[in-house]
Amino acid sequence: MNELSLYILDLVQNSIRAGATLVQVIVKFDTAEDLLVIEIHDNGCGMDEELLNRVTSPFTTTRTTRKVGLGLPMIKQQCEMTGGEFRIQSAPGQGTVLKLSFTASHMDLPPMGDLSGTMVSLITAASEETDYVLRYVHDGNEFEFDTRQIRETLGSDVPLSTPEVLSWIGDYITEGINEANNNQP
Amino acid sequence: MKSIADLEKIRQATLSKVNLRRESEGTRIVVGMATCGIAAGARPVMNAFVDEVAKRNLLDVTVAQTGCIGMCRYEPIVEILAPGKEKVTYVHVKPEMVPRIVNDHVVNGNPVVEYTISNAE
Repeated sequence: MNELSLYILDLVQNSIRAGATLVQVIVKFDTAEDLLVIEIHDNGCGMDEELLNRVTSPFTTTRTTRKVGLGLPMIKQQCEMTGGEFRIQSAPGQGTVLKLSFTASHMDLPPMGDLSGTMVSLITAASEETDYVLRYVHDGNEFEFDTRQIRETLGSDVPLSTPEVLSWIGDYITEGINEANNNQP
Repeated sequence: MKSIADLEKIRQATLSKVNLRRESEGTRIVVGMATCGIAAGARPVMNAFVDEVAKRNLLDVTVAQTGCIGMCRYEPIVEILAPGKEKVTYVHVKPEMVPRIVNDHVVNGNPVVEYTISNAE
């Protein structure tokens, strides 16, 4: 995949399939440390130790339609190729936490890409069952987006997947990320 | 700058449309969003359908996602399910194909045969 935001979209799909009702995506750029950290926290069904031990194998999947699962092995390889680390914590009934780190200036690191498009796709796909939080931090400047706040403002009559709402969400996230990127000390 | 306060205006403006959407049994546009679909370009395709449906104010159309249906080489795959009609499967879909699919198929009921899986095979 040619954007990190596409990996995020793919990994959060795992959380949705695990029955998560809340998924938090945290993206932190630290220029001084030359570090990019991406964390995905979900409250889905979690995994037992046996599955956790083989989850980064491309021949492990919980699906029955095919015999390969490439999302986690690909991002693990991407972390390791760029001098970072891949960590995953999970337990049955306690959700899953993915912590990915990368050397921010590494020439093999794909760009972040359209993170706003990723969030809009996720909300289009599963907005009634799942809430999403995006926390984007660039050298201490923070932008946070939380669908629970949007849902509270809209009330129960207007779903998040309404096209006009999705369009507003896309613009709101793009502006927030740009502001966090541009307001550097 | 967008602010949360904008949402109240959107709520007022869309409330009547939302009720109409709920009452109608409409067309479903389903985009494959597994790893294979995402890697092949499904995200901009899905967002292009959302934009096109909003632009045309189509109240009886919903955009949804599905996982891998086992034909990864044809991704991005989009299925269109209209009430009373046979399912149509589009393959290798690109965002620039979306306005034509929506206009010809979703609005006017004529599938774009050249983009369908039968044409690919």
